[in-house]
Amino acid sequence: MAQLLQHLINGLAAGTIYALVALGYTMVYGVLKLINFAHGDVMMVGVYMGYATAFVLGREARSSLLGVALIFAVAMLGCALLGFLIERFAYRPLREKPRLTALITAIGISFALSYGFQLDIGFLPGASPRAFPEVIEPTEWLIIGDRDVVVWNWQVISFLIAVALMVGLQYLVFRTRFGRAMRAVSWDHRVAALMGIPTDRVIALTFMLGSALAAGAGLLYAIKDTSVSPLMGLYVGLKAFVAAVIGGIGHVPGAVVGALVLGLVEEFVVGYAASTWRDAVAFGFLILVLLVKPGGLFGRVAAEKV
Amino acid sequence: MRRLAPMLLAALAFLAAACEKKTQPAPSGEGGTQATQQGKPATPGGEAPAGADVILLGQVGALTGGQATFGISTRNGIEMAIKEANAAGGVKGKKLAIRVYDNQSKPEEAAQATTRLITQDKVVLILGDVASSNSLAMAEKAQAAGVPMITPSSTNTTVTQKGDYIFRVCFIDPFQGYVMAKFAREDLKLNKVAVLQDNKSAYSIDLSDVFTRKFTEMGGKVTTTESYSQGDTDYRAQLTAIRKTQPDGIYVPGYYSEVGVIARQAREVGLKVPLMGGDGWDSEKLFELGGSAIQGSYFSNHYSPDNPDPRVQKFIADYKAAYGSVPDALAALGYDAARVALAALERAKDLSGPSVRDAIAQTKDFPGVAGTITLDDKRNAVKSAVVLKVGDGKTEYVTTVNP
Repeated sequence: MAQLLQHLINGLAAGTIYALVALGYTMVYGVLKLINFAHGDVMMVGVYMGYATAFVLGREARSSLLGVALIFAVAMLGCALLGFLIERFAYRPLREKPRLTALITAIGISFALSYGFQLDIGFLPGASPRAFPEVIEPTEWLIIGDRDVVVWNWQVISFLIAVALMVGLQYLVFRTRFGRAMRAVSWDHRVAALMGIPTDRVIALTFMLGSALAAGAGLLYAIKDTSVSPLMGLYVGLKAFVAAVIGGIGHVPGAVVGALVLGLVEEFVVGYAASTWRDAVAFGFLILVLLVKPGGLFGRVAAEKV
Repeated sequence: MRRLAPMLLAALAFLAAACEKKTQPAPSGEGGTQATQQGKPATPGGEAPAGADVILLGQVGALTGGQATFGISTRNGIEMAIKEANAAGGVKGKKLAIRVYDNQSKPEEAAQATTRLITQDKVVLILGDVASSNSLAMAEKAQAAGVPMITPSSTNTTVTQKGDYIFRVCFIDPFQGYVMAKFAREDLKLNKVAVLQDNKSAYSIDLSDVFTRKFTEMGGKVTTTESYSQGDTDYRAQLTAIRKTQPDGIYVPGYYSEVGVIARQAREVGLKVPLMGGDGWDSEKLFELGGSAIQGSYFSNHYSPDNPDPRVQKFIADYKAAYGSVPDALAALGYDAARVALAALERAKDLSGPSVRDAIAQTKDFPGVAGTITLDDKRNAVKSAVVLKVGDGKTEYVTTVNP
């Protein structure tokens, strides 16, 4: 029983991080019908920005509340800028080209980032994995029984940050003028343009928002698993993409649900069946969902598409 | 859905590519600057040019590229052995010289360089390389031409299976599993051990299979075998499952890049027992990634600079004087390989391929700095391994385990 609870906590922790990354995939798909494969690698760049900031701050400053806030701010703003640049110079010129062209470009950017960061020149970090500094001093927050269930402070903090970011996004999309414009663009960007909505600006802002969320997610991931490497984006990005498709790509709450489901499925497969089966079951689950509901779990509810 | 179909197709292709590309991070190595250029043969050990009274040996090594530190260490070790032999009067009254070619850490370059050593330079014997994939490419050529080859440090079982001209002076992968099983049972007196293996690495699976078999034979119990894939960073689910079986230790025969993180998360889920592993742990990076969590864990390795044996300490002092650093395991194995080769050349009745091969095969109880070397009928070294304990930023010599 205690073990079940521990697996539940681990699964939720992984799931919330997938969710934040999946949101970026789903938002960009919503407005552009483009699967932005560079998304995971933008996350990776954000993690290295946070790493550099933590390094500059030093041991004392980075574990203070202000230090952590600064690390997140630098990474998220930096990634917003990166997302803007990628959209402006890689995707916008291809907006009216066949969709496959943009998709291949996305894959190209993904590889350029993940392999470029393996170079060992200038500010680039090189291929070796690095230990992410402990920005949140780990302490046990809750212990049940003889350490049968342990909840760490950073797990709680990560969960709260992730929930706060998701609530903020939900508010932005459904309660603000920008959110309404975004939904209009996702409905039909040509008609939206005729209605006087600055579609280019809305799309650029969507990219920036998604990239900032990815940076936040990446930092939570780095705090959780302590090891960062240039290839981490490919892996996390792939899982988040699967989560977004399970939930119904283009659907905001769907991405969150899909991610939590994926996180829990993976955790329980490893915990109770063989760990070898983890990815097979995760991707098998994706196929099953697509067979039964081709649009994903929430895909049919087109009215809420973002 | 119709519009989604091509995207999903592309996504699948991408997925395949992404899974394919998650390779083991190459050891980051500086020092490619002092490397010998491909195509410009160097004869560091022998001042004399190749001629009638000079015995010419060849080495192919990774002097540039991702494994540059491996090749350079090996070359230094070999160079030292040859200098010592020349100072002592050479072999069969002749001076020795060595020709070194760079393989840029690539198997195809290794094969080409080997062909060049055989056909143009007509060397009597070839030494190299470290990475098993390079050695396999070399072995193919050396075996076909009937030129004996000794790899100092390729541990993959298949290398010497290429043929009867291919030898090695290090132990093979499965042996490390045996070493740790014996150490865990006899020295640490552990009864129940859990295994956590890297399912993407043949090396890791080999080690864990042998460990499980031997540990069980010695009366121990393997509580559970869990696995992960290279590149994973979250092992909490596996470790939580392992914790439930209450082991006295965990065998993790993976690479340093994952083991450090595993150690941290093991402590986090409340596993305080020691971790054990193989030579894949041997990297400076282990201390950074594992932090204080990895301290107090053990791994098997080829050699330790802390080994109090006077022979080892003399080698270290000489190496330091010549190259300014403490020799790593690869330098020690390079030195041993060259000395085994020279002893065989001395014993051989002439310098033809078959005679040299037979002489190498007779190597028995050879006192190397990385253990005593006896070659078995499969041309692998049967030799001792050392067990090291991970300390604060360094390793400590614990014991030597004999076969």
